[in-house]
Amino acid sequence: MTTAKASRYAAEYSNIAPILCGQSLLWLEEQRLKALSQFSEQGFPSSHEEEWRYTNVSAIEKKLFSPTINKTINLVDIEWLKLYQLQEAWSVVLVDGHFSAELSSLEDLPVDVLVMGMADALQKLPETLENYINQSVNIDENSFIAFNTAWFTDGLFVSVNAKRILEKPIQVLHVATQQDVLAATRTVIILDKMAEASIIETYVGYDNAYLSSTVTEVFVGQNAHLTLYKMQCESEKAYHFGGIYVKQDRDAHFTHHNFAFGALLARSDIHTDLDHASECELNGLYLGVKRQHIDSHTRINHIKPHGISRELYKGVLDDRARGVFQGRVIVAKDAQQTDSQMNNRNLLLSDDAEADSKPQLEIYADDVKCGHGVTVGQLDEKSIFYLQSRCIDEEVARNILTFAFANEMVDRIKIKVLHEMILEQVLIRFPQEGINKEWL
Amino acid sequence: MLSIKNLHVSVGDKPILKGIDLEINAGEIHAIMGPNGSGKSTLSHILSGKSGYTVTEGSVTYQGKDLLQMPPETRAREGIFLAFQYPVEIPGVSNIYLLKAALNSIRKHHGQSEVDAMDFLTLVKGKVRLLEMDEKFLYRAVNEGFSGGEKKRNEILQMAILEPKLCILDETDSGLDIDALKIVSEGVNSLRSTDRAFVMVTHYQRLLDYIKPDFVHVLANGRIVKSGGAELALELEEKGYSWLEDNQVAA
Repeated sequence: MTTAKASRYAAEYSNIAPILCGQSLLWLEEQRLKALSQFSEQGFPSSHEEEWRYTNVSAIEKKLFSPTINKTINLVDIEWLKLYQLQEAWSVVLVDGHFSAELSSLEDLPVDVLVMGMADALQKLPETLENYINQSVNIDENSFIAFNTAWFTDGLFVSVNAKRILEKPIQVLHVATQQDVLAATRTVIILDKMAEASIIETYVGYDNAYLSSTVTEVFVGQNAHLTLYKMQCESEKAYHFGGIYVKQDRDAHFTHHNFAFGALLARSDIHTDLDHASECELNGLYLGVKRQHIDSHTRINHIKPHGISRELYKGVLDDRARGVFQGRVIVAKDAQQTDSQMNNRNLLLSDDAEADSKPQLEIYADDVKCGHGVTVGQLDEKSIFYLQSRCIDEEVARNILTFAFANEMVDRIKIKVLHEMILEQVLIRFPQEGINKEWL
Repeated sequence: MLSIKNLHVSVGDKPILKGIDLEINAGEIHAIMGPNGSGKSTLSHILSGKSGYTVTEGSVTYQGKDLLQMPPETRAREGIFLAFQYPVEIPGVSNIYLLKAALNSIRKHHGQSEVDAMDFLTLVKGKVRLLEMDEKFLYRAVNEGFSGGEKKRNEILQMAILEPKLCILDETDSGLDIDALKIVSEGVNSLRSTDRAFVMVTHYQRLLDYIKPDFVHVLANGRIVKSGGAELALELEEKGYSWLEDNQVAA
């Protein structure tokens, strides 16, 4: 049955293939055809698969989302876009899966930093891209990756030369403007040795049903520092499937902040491979209201010794929302002296909300320090009483504690303008009575 | 200020306080001492309005009003402050936010306008210096990652800023080293005034070396078995609680 439904997508592929980027590249065509054949065979993931048991994607199969042929930047309301565009940042805008040079602003970018649309990059730097596309991820991983490989229309290429320290963040703003559009993008980010950068992926859309399919491949060089933020604020009718696949060289630092607020059904995957003495920090906050389903999957792969990983994902779920966390930490036999800590905490605000949490530690080395913890619960009565005894009434105390639970993750944002934007997104999703923004 | 009459309190079916009578006037410092399980903490909880307790008999009147009818936040706004034995950690809310929210709740309760931001900062910074705290504490999350001593100091900081009328210190000395105990005590002593009363709930008389009480009451098995002046605490230190518990059984 699954295959039959997904075959609608496969059947349509021949119409779409001519508009995809990288047409003349044989290696890419090979990859796309292989991915297509795999996707045609498997369809979208089924809830029988362990990694997908909490997340049913059959709604995507029932619809048919298609990429746009024409660029649709004239449909973007510039004033609306500004709400999500950060000041004091280089800005890249992708509309319905296509890079828009007109809406992007990359003035004064240092010469040893390349930022360009994926379609452009495939034309100008095909040999480089061949070395990176599908190198941090395998299309066998899950069929959304095969799907993205076959379908991506554009995306982004970012390359930062060795020792370059970017003084401003780069914001990548993905905008979806049309009903039933498929925005399938592939992004490649490369930081050479000792480079430092902050990159912010932002996903927003008009009040439509659409599908965002994104794969971001990240290569963090030796001793380089990358902080990657993701703010997923898709429309509440939308579907979002986004994966970030990271390879860290030795001594590389990778920090991720994953804010999942939007979409009807969303899943994000973050996988990172850690080489010798590299460090990663994965922070996550998912807020679900109404009937939202928000799924977060992480995989931290300690391949070599002396790696450090820290992970904290928090979820706040109200109404009939459902949050899923599946976190895996794998410590290879060779990865001695690994230091890893994974935590997931969930706050349920209604009886109908649900949190599913599945932390997994797979340890094959024998001299490591690894821990994990999970909590699912309501607001702590002791904390409510503490605030009441400090003159705050019960309802406001509940609002403050709910906000505080989420704000712990917001406060980890190091970029002031982004901090403000995300704070605003958190505040509008929960009762604000008694919360005074000016005091925060 | 506070009048407790024949107070009986149970948790579930279990009686904890079995007839407490206590009169506290403005300007006085009362120490409530007693062994573990005597009902000391229950008394401080019942005064501050913590849920989970049933008053089966008796009354508590605070400034002429029935205290037991008030929700905890109203008691706090009316001037009752409980310094917790185990202050709660609240990641995600800064100390200064909590202080501002609390102070403005009191002002609103009394029909006053919100405190001016600059005045507030001046007030808070002054109190921070008084308690020999680092100003950075203000911007850290409430009690998060604080040491035992820092948490207790933070309680006294809140007290100093909110200027309550009745201060209840629940086992404030527990977990404090001698230096922290001195600073906390100095903080408390600086708040002593003729229109403010203190109730110190404590197991040991150590704290009373630094904050001298006017009255000492010994609680055992849910009753006040002996009351006296500051010298009673010293006598207890010497003879131990069994001295009074035995007396009670004999009586």
